[in-house]
Amino acid sequence: MSNLVRRLLKRKLATFAIIIILLITGAAIFAPWISPYNPDEQFMNGLSLQGSPLPPSHHYLLGTDLLGRDLFSRLIFGARTSLLIGILANGVAVFIGTLLGLIAGFMRGRVGSAVMRFTDLMMAFPALLLAIALASIFSPSLFIVALVIAMVNWVQIARVVYTQTISISEREFIEATRSLGASTQRILFKHLLPHLLPTILVWATLGIATTVLLEATLSFLGVGVRPPTPSWGNIIFENQAYFSTAPWLVFLPGIAIIALALSFNLLGDALRDELDPTQRGRS
Amino acid sequence: MSRYVVRRLLQSVIILLGVTFITFFLLYILPADPAQQIAGKSATPETIANIRAQLGLDQPLLTQYWHYLVNLLHGNFGRSYIQRTDVSSLITSRIGPTLYLMIFAILIELVIGISVGIIASVKRGKATDNAIMLFSFVGVSAPQFILSILMLYVFAVKLRWFPIGGYGTPQHFVLPAFTLGILGSGWYGRVMRSSMLDVLRQDYIRTARAKGANEFRVVFVHALRNAILPIVAMIGLDIGVFMGGVVVVESVFAWPGIGQLAWQAIQRVDIPIIMGVTLVSAIAIVLGNLLADLISPLVDPRIKLKR
Repeated sequence: MSNLVRRLLKRKLATFAIIIILLITGAAIFAPWISPYNPDEQFMNGLSLQGSPLPPSHHYLLGTDLLGRDLFSRLIFGARTSLLIGILANGVAVFIGTLLGLIAGFMRGRVGSAVMRFTDLMMAFPALLLAIALASIFSPSLFIVALVIAMVNWVQIARVVYTQTISISEREFIEATRSLGASTQRILFKHLLPHLLPTILVWATLGIATTVLLEATLSFLGVGVRPPTPSWGNIIFENQAYFSTAPWLVFLPGIAIIALALSFNLLGDALRDELDPTQRGRS
Repeated sequence: MSRYVVRRLLQSVIILLGVTFITFFLLYILPADPAQQIAGKSATPETIANIRAQLGLDQPLLTQYWHYLVNLLHGNFGRSYIQRTDVSSLITSRIGPTLYLMIFAILIELVIGISVGIIASVKRGKATDNAIMLFSFVGVSAPQFILSILMLYVFAVKLRWFPIGGYGTPQHFVLPAFTLGILGSGWYGRVMRSSMLDVLRQDYIRTARAKGANEFRVVFVHALRNAILPIVAMIGLDIGVFMGGVVVVESVFAWPGIGQLAWQAIQRVDIPIIMGVTLVSAIAIVLGNLLADLISPLVDPRIKLKR
């Protein structure tokens, strides 16, 4: 593991990605200590005399939003929402996807093809449309949003794990374990799963990027995380009316979203290169 | 080949049936009551019961689903709860703008994606290659709504080159089509690059070089012809990606397509419209995948049609 980290740190882009991820994670964890103000407090002097948001100044580092709240503090607390949903939703998706892919790949036959046909079905859904419809129907909360995203995102991982499981279970060492009388459960979790971990790690990393983007999009449409809980997506949603007069309110959270998603994509890609040499240099 | 096509078509029909089933039940177990929605907050229980009976909402779910399917087979997508018109005519009036947008967006994706992919592969490992690859990563990491707003800010608000939204003139196409095209081109660029690298490694390229063909000829005449084939199959998959994302771009640019129709319907819990658009999108996705599957073997004879 430490060897893997060392190899990743030799790559410029991966190092850059790791630094950004650590910075944002640090901001999320220590939010109450590093944010200059309470993210929900509406300041009397936080709006101009005409009632519009204030531009960045030494008082409010990144300016204020439409309600006179400090944007910098909201962005720091927004990191919590993005990461929390990213990890929660992606964790559920990875769990479901791995379990179904593993079972389908190992059992094959009817069970296997039933699971795979179901993933075909899920692939035919316009995922974003489905997520928006579901999120707006169930009154959105952080947890529901995470669940909706997980429902849409497990498919890809299930398919990858399925293909890998099939190719690994045809290898001799699995045959040998079976002939030694190992139980199905033991083969699955003690022998197959460890070989799948690199693949799962890659897809889990890439999946966080997808999840962060989906959360941001749902929140931007107003069907994701509900204000006043700050999320980078809903900061843009709340302030979009000001995008021509106070563009920083839209573009700073936008940059944060792109930075986080980009970092997880770059890291996932570097992991794939390191862990799976056959995929090197491919898309 | 023809047996394979028939089987894939059948499979597609089954998948679409599954899509109708899942959408129907997902949307009907929802807590919001459409009858309440139509009648308004002050309606009496009798009025609501009347509306429910009128819409057939009082029948068992499976019966409702069966009616829905039978109607679908007759090309009847049901009636909008709120707009009081046929969903099929609403969708037909909105599908045009979405299709035009898709065609322009995909053309832009292809032009940008293929050219940057070629440049990156020729300049492999150099600064240009790294920059292009980074750009393609940003492309897949930037949400559509952020680039949409950025485009609006720069080109509509500040420079006033293009209208801020709406539909009708060629100028209206530019911003939404480029938003989708720029983001999608990252994906094409990466595939194009790796496909070019594969081809440039082949023996026949070495032969062409040995014969003394200049580099331009090697890249554009010999390599490109084969390297571009995976891109052709990708267009099929891209249709699916496009249909998934069209809601966002259409609602930001006030584009009167089916994405905007769906978004308005979602906000008003107009279930027949949501189901209709989901189904139309699913049909597009299934057809796109089918297209990709059918093109792949033509593109690369090593891929055998099976399953």
